[in-house]
Amino acid sequence: MREFARLYADLDETTSTTRKLDALQAYFSSATPENAAWAVYFLAGGKPRQAVPTKLLRQYAIDYAALDEWLFDESYQAVGDFAETIAHILPPPTERSDIGLAVWMEERIAPLRGAEPARIRDALFSYWNELEWRERFLLVKLIGGGFRVGVSKLLVTRALAAIAAVDSKLIAQRLMGWTDGRVKPTAAGFLQLIAEQSDDEHTLRGGQPYPFFLSHQLAGEPSQLGAPGDWIVEWKYDGIRAQLVRRGGQNFLWSRGEDLITERFPELAAARLPDGMVLDGEVLIWQPGASLPSPFADLQKRIGRKSLSAKLLAELPVVLCCYDLLELDGVDLRSLPQHERRALLEAEIARLDNPLLRLSPLVQADSWEALALLRAGSRARAVEGMMLKSRTAHYGVGRTKDVGIWWKWKIDPYAIDAVLLYAQPGSGRRASLYTDYTFAVWDGDGEERRLVPFAKAYSGLTDAEIAQVDNVIRRTTIEKFGPVRSVKPTMVFEIGFEGIALSPRHKAGIAVRFPRILRRRTDKAVEEADTLDMLKGLLEAAGA
Amino acid sequence: MGDMVVVRKEGLYCVPGDFYIDPWSPVPRAVITHAHGDHARTGSGHYLAAQPGIGVLKSRLGDISVDGLRYGETVRHNGVTVSLHPAGHVLGSAQVRMEYGGEVWVASGDYKVEPDKTCDPFEPVRCDTFITESTFGLPIYRWQAEQDLMDEINNWWRKNADEGRCSVVFAYSFGKAQRILSGLDAGIGPIVCHGSVEPLNRAYRAEGVHIPPTVLVTDIEKAALRRALVVAPPSASGSSWMKRFGDYSDAFASGWMLLRGARRRRGVDRGFVLSDHADWPGLMSAIKATEAERVIVTHGSIPTLVRWLCQNGLDASGFDTEYGDEEEGEATPPAAAEAPAAGDANA
Repeated sequence: MREFARLYADLDETTSTTRKLDALQAYFSSATPENAAWAVYFLAGGKPRQAVPTKLLRQYAIDYAALDEWLFDESYQAVGDFAETIAHILPPPTERSDIGLAVWMEERIAPLRGAEPARIRDALFSYWNELEWRERFLLVKLIGGGFRVGVSKLLVTRALAAIAAVDSKLIAQRLMGWTDGRVKPTAAGFLQLIAEQSDDEHTLRGGQPYPFFLSHQLAGEPSQLGAPGDWIVEWKYDGIRAQLVRRGGQNFLWSRGEDLITERFPELAAARLPDGMVLDGEVLIWQPGASLPSPFADLQKRIGRKSLSAKLLAELPVVLCCYDLLELDGVDLRSLPQHERRALLEAEIARLDNPLLRLSPLVQADSWEALALLRAGSRARAVEGMMLKSRTAHYGVGRTKDVGIWWKWKIDPYAIDAVLLYAQPGSGRRASLYTDYTFAVWDGDGEERRLVPFAKAYSGLTDAEIAQVDNVIRRTTIEKFGPVRSVKPTMVFEIGFEGIALSPRHKAGIAVRFPRILRRRTDKAVEEADTLDMLKGLLEAAGA
Repeated sequence: MGDMVVVRKEGLYCVPGDFYIDPWSPVPRAVITHAHGDHARTGSGHYLAAQPGIGVLKSRLGDISVDGLRYGETVRHNGVTVSLHPAGHVLGSAQVRMEYGGEVWVASGDYKVEPDKTCDPFEPVRCDTFITESTFGLPIYRWQAEQDLMDEINNWWRKNADEGRCSVVFAYSFGKAQRILSGLDAGIGPIVCHGSVEPLNRAYRAEGVHIPPTVLVTDIEKAALRRALVVAPPSASGSSWMKRFGDYSDAFASGWMLLRGARRRRGVDRGFVLSDHADWPGLMSAIKATEAERVIVTHGSIPTLVRWLCQNGLDASGFDTEYGDEEEGEATPPAAAEAPAAGDANA
């Protein structure tokens, strides 16, 4: 635990990629394989289930520190992180231990799941008393299931590649599925992860997907990209990015977050595919005979459900809108150029002739101007803009540009001027600062005119702007409800969002997607903010 | 008899003695607990302060009329017996003991319980009423032993020096800077101090505090900077003064650096948890040691500390003061310190 706590601190304390990489390499070259296996699991984003409920953790920490609940809560408000609060309020340890991460996970933490409260309490007390605060912090994170570390998976991959002296793409490939929680991290698994490349690499793959190739946001005009003919242009659908893998006579559907989501989409689980095929595409709700996919809100209705009734499946049928072919007859196609993969994809989709598997159509135009004109009609087509894929691009790993590039050329977000009505402190580096805001628009006329909340947003401001807004919030607070403050309406912000849908669950009757702050409008008075009618107008324009 | 010390618009006021403690507006007579900007301000008629702090006080307030009192030495003023006792905060920092009509009040100013090499250690003073600061008045604040921290700083410096990279520590120029300097291993490399730190080093050395040899950046070869440790005030961060240090590693030294959020907001490579204020256990032990039955809490976590002390059987209340408003000092959490003055016309 000490080693891992040291690594965590090193990663947490520096913002320099080089130094993070150094720290990772130093750790992996000295840690034992069983500990390293667990470290990889966590660093790559693995999230174990909570071993002890938060309520008990909190109660036992309060008991151990001999404090009151209110004092714990005040401390938490100042720290903004539950595990960190516990790490600091406990008195210093009287003993020291140095037990490896694997033993902690397998022999000390796992047995706490579902254990008697008294047994949990005894265990926590004795664990806390042998760890210093950094280790306690990690322990609570590992127990509480909320572990996150400021390092990208790509960086972990690079560090492992350097240790193993193999290509980082191979490491990325082997890392697929490490974090889905169904396979226990083991020493053998770690040694396989950093082993030399072998001939049976492929058979070891099982139902694993390939690392997703991610696109970059196109900032300027596409004319900088050269001739449009060098690019494959498609619509950018608003669904769930997924790989459908067929191996060993079985289908596996993986989301971009590397979650196995096969069970959520029984139609796709049952789709007939030849063995050794991997498709990349977008899961969408698409009504039979419809020319457009249904809005994302419909897909959300399915994601939210625990059980899928026959009725729901009939009402909200899915398709996989396919745009890439990564494996055919068990052969990895990722280093073929995009246009060759596209040709193979078209042939395969045609051959399969399955309405569940739609081909993502190409957008054809001979100039960027013509494409821009088509793109302007994105909303009417229920898409978010266009994807521009280099004809020569290989299928890369993650958000990289070394073997080719995919650009997303999105339409401008919806924007509306809204009033800040409620605020609450953020967490992490935003702890103790009011950074999470609720925004409202005007509804009604004259005397009846009032502000109706419609969206929460917390990103989009610079640190300096956050400090200013925080200051105003503190000075204009009307009431406090726990951590939330209601404030006198004085500040107007331009709020951007990607989509809008009717929602009976929201006060305003509508819900927006990916709301974020575009800028503060110091030039606008509160009275000049936009209205609910304007929002509803956008709803009609979106055809929802 | 009414309260011996009350809050007036000019500052804490000793009623029978007719003098102020750390006033924030000019007054005829001021007792100063220490020379940080939010406690020692210009314009008062006459000042009284602890002898070891006179040099620093003059260097900051200029030509003032001031008397120095040795720690423990008493003076009588309007029937109040006044003495100053070490507060362990910075050089010359003092708690003010006031005795009148058989009653004893102590005003702590800022204090730190763990001793360090740069000033006289905190001395608990028995009293009936104790006026305490509460900068770090939450149980999350617990400082590690100073030696462990100094080892961390030296190790970080050594590692940087071995990699040919300059180390820059941002620390308040009065107090924190000298604490760090006093714990540095001068064998690692040269020590460079910013121009605002050097005058205070001189004041400390003049009082016999051991500060290792330091140089100004203008007095050192550029090549030697790669092994150097630089001590600079936080305001130097991001200024053009920093450019000369090339690819440096930076750190910020403050009690607030205990929390990851505050550290990340600072945006430095390292946060060293070094404070010249009492941590939570320090506040508790100091209050207990005074044996005071009544405690008045000033700047920091007033409501929290008051509630906790009341719950533990003390007669506690708060004083609203203007301490902790100064950039040069640790008394304000960094989040609020970074907030620029309100410029919002609507609010």
